[in-house]
Amino acid sequence: MTTTSSKSQFLHGLRTGLPFILVAGPFSLLFGVVATEAGLNLLEVMGFTSIVIAGAAQFAALQQMSDNAPVIVILATALAVNLRMAMYSAALAPHIGKAPLWQRALASFFLFDQNYAVGVLEFEKRPDMTPQEKISFYFGITCAIVPAWITGTYIGAVVGTAIPPEYALDFALPITFLSMIGPALRTPAHIAAAFVSVLAALIFAFLPYNMGLMVAAILAMMTGAQVETWLIARGKWS
Amino acid sequence: MDMTSGEIWLTIALVGIGTYLVRFSFIGIIGDREMPEWVLRHLRYTPVAVLPGLVAPLVLWPAATQGQPDPARLAAACAAFVVGYFSKNFIWSAAAGIGTLFLMLWVLG
Repeated sequence: MTTTSSKSQFLHGLRTGLPFILVAGPFSLLFGVVATEAGLNLLEVMGFTSIVIAGAAQFAALQQMSDNAPVIVILATALAVNLRMAMYSAALAPHIGKAPLWQRALASFFLFDQNYAVGVLEFEKRPDMTPQEKISFYFGITCAIVPAWITGTYIGAVVGTAIPPEYALDFALPITFLSMIGPALRTPAHIAAAFVSVLAALIFAFLPYNMGLMVAAILAMMTGAQVETWLIARGKWS
Repeated sequence: MDMTSGEIWLTIALVGIGTYLVRFSFIGIIGDREMPEWVLRHLRYTPVAVLPGLVAPLVLWPAATQGQPDPARLAAACAAFVVGYFSKNFIWSAAAGIGTLFLMLWVLG
């Protein structure tokens, strides 16, 4: 019944998602390069990027793998970074929760920062959209970004094998993290959380298996939440 | 990295499954239900709680210089962070970091 409008919503989503290729492309390229430098072969890099499809968590897992952390610690680190996706899932559920299960299963597989943010923004702006139109729009954004993500990783992995070690690519990974952190420090609460994370990670660096990071992450999360509560109480939270 | 190919694939599979369950949680299982405000308030900070702690030792004690603080890498880290913070742009930040790193490595020989 709504095939035509679903199709137009898909195309609308596709167009809306296209500019994000400018970010996803270089980001995935960098993942291809650093994952190759870390010692993964082409198939492993591509498997990683297509099964997990989550920028920051992939880099975080990769770092823990390079440090030879136990699998459970690698998993905990990656999932800690990805816990925010539970929030995205909860925000999208009222909009696409009535779609058929296979569509919801597929939508979940590809859920990341951009299609969540753009999707929810659009759904709130246009409350007249049907659930089918909403999920079509969502898949449109997704289809604009995912091919660029996969292709970028592939190019990065191929280029990575050709770059000689004197180019100091060991430091591409830390730079990538820093480039994600700066733009994420939007409020004093975010800044406080980041500060505690750094401090606690250095203090607890003596703990085995990189577990200091877990301690730091928990303390930092609590700090962010607490500062937010204070700012709200003082009427300084917008 | 000392992992065998089998361990690498096991890790990828586990991270993939774990991440999928987080993504599927509300869309597929719990449905249209509000998360308590205090939970949301913590989840908002997960990336800024993990990534800075992950990067701090890498910047201060780089493995490539056997854990000795290195001026070129410190400068690159500062450039990436400062540009990222003020521009709020991932690409500018990464370009500033990598550009500074190469410049400093070249200047310091």
